[in-house]
Amino acid sequence: MAVAKRIIPCLDVDKGRVVKGVNFLNIRDAGDPVEIAKRYDKEGADEITMLDITASHETRETTYKTVESIASQVFIPLTVGGGVRSIDDIKKLLRSGADKVSINTSAVENPDFVKEAADKFGSQCIVVAVDAKASSQSEDFWEVVTYGGRNRTGMDVLSWTQQVADYGAGEILLTSMDRDGTKEGFDNDLVFQVSNGISLPVIASGGVGNLDHLIDGIKVGGAEAVLAASIFHFSEYTIKEAKEAMRASGIEVRF
Amino acid sequence: MTQVVVIDYGMGNLHSVSKALEAVSVSETITVSSDLEVIKKSDKLVFPGVGAIKDCMEAFSVDLKETVLEEVKRKPTLAICVGMQMLLESSEENDGVEGLSILDGTVTKIQSSKEIKVPHMGWNQVKFLKDHPLLKNIDDSSFFYFVHSYCCLSSKDALTETTHGERFISSLAKDNIFAVQFHPEKSQTAGLELYKNFLDWSV
Repeated sequence: MAVAKRIIPCLDVDKGRVVKGVNFLNIRDAGDPVEIAKRYDKEGADEITMLDITASHETRETTYKTVESIASQVFIPLTVGGGVRSIDDIKKLLRSGADKVSINTSAVENPDFVKEAADKFGSQCIVVAVDAKASSQSEDFWEVVTYGGRNRTGMDVLSWTQQVADYGAGEILLTSMDRDGTKEGFDNDLVFQVSNGISLPVIASGGVGNLDHLIDGIKVGGAEAVLAASIFHFSEYTIKEAKEAMRASGIEVRF
Repeated sequence: MTQVVVIDYGMGNLHSVSKALEAVSVSETITVSSDLEVIKKSDKLVFPGVGAIKDCMEAFSVDLKETVLEEVKRKPTLAICVGMQMLLESSEENDGVEGLSILDGTVTKIQSSKEIKVPHMGWNQVKFLKDHPLLKNIDDSSFFYFVHSYCCLSSKDALTETTHGERFISSLAKDNIFAVQFHPEKSQTAGLELYKNFLDWSV
């Protein structure tokens, strides 16, 4: 008996609608976030992550309303990220019904923000999202990138994740920008190195194209949870099928 | 009409607790309040807690603490997560914090390792040690959602246990009090069933 490995479907939300870019190109509309969240809950999702990809000032109120609507109908944990810049942003999201808040760029630009947020709200609700890009020079070096990979920071992912762990993050959402949208599977070397280096749970993200990829993220990468978007949105697979495949490979999952 | 009050002492997100109670209530009124009169007039109490235990204990005003201590002794009460830990004798979090000593047991840090991640975050099985009205229609070893870094390892009020590296007490019960380390409001059908049982519970 141990803590079950989690499957987390991710909703990328733009102006109140779930969207997903396929291979970074055409953004496809995948529907209403509340309806999709309810479907995932029914299928047995362990958590739901919602990323506000616009995260602009004008659409923020829509985001709070969406969060509130999901949280009053879906009784599993809800993580919300995208454009979280201040303690006040976190407070508003938690008040709207988010259970955890994911911080990305603001953490890189001001690491003390992680500490401040964890002190104020508790580590359990602070997820640090780390976007990583492999180095072309060295095999064991991944660089932290921001702004969807457009901005390289020069920071080493392994020392960065160690630092945010020390600063009180409760979980790491680790996305390989090399794999995101490719459907080639997680960068499991990256997942393994990060997961091995810290005692926090690591959620593997970026690149899932089939159910074996989910299994590999846990068995090869050592992730505590796996996150995927497009394979679930367009009903290529249901969460239940994913869990059945994981269970058949010997991974403990919740049914 | 039964009045259920979720005690609001300024710590954390009570939205999910009250929404889950509303989702299963038939005729009960669910109120989130810190008002002493509202708490005194209630029929049942929910005592949540999120974050660091020291902040939670400090967020308690003297008046509120006195009222809660008095009311918790006689009304059906459901304590959740840090709320559960606060009802115990003490916690080693924040260099040691004294609890309310309503339930037997102390709180210690979960030992982490490469395999045992802390916080203990996610779904884990809850094994029944005894029977209780709040566990009605819930299968033994059902999965519930946990998020915590500290736990109670033994208590004479233990009702269920869970394993994360070590075995720990995942819920306690004594007279009119039911206290859980996990979050029923985040535990889908099993969690909603527990809330329903709480609303149906008469001590």
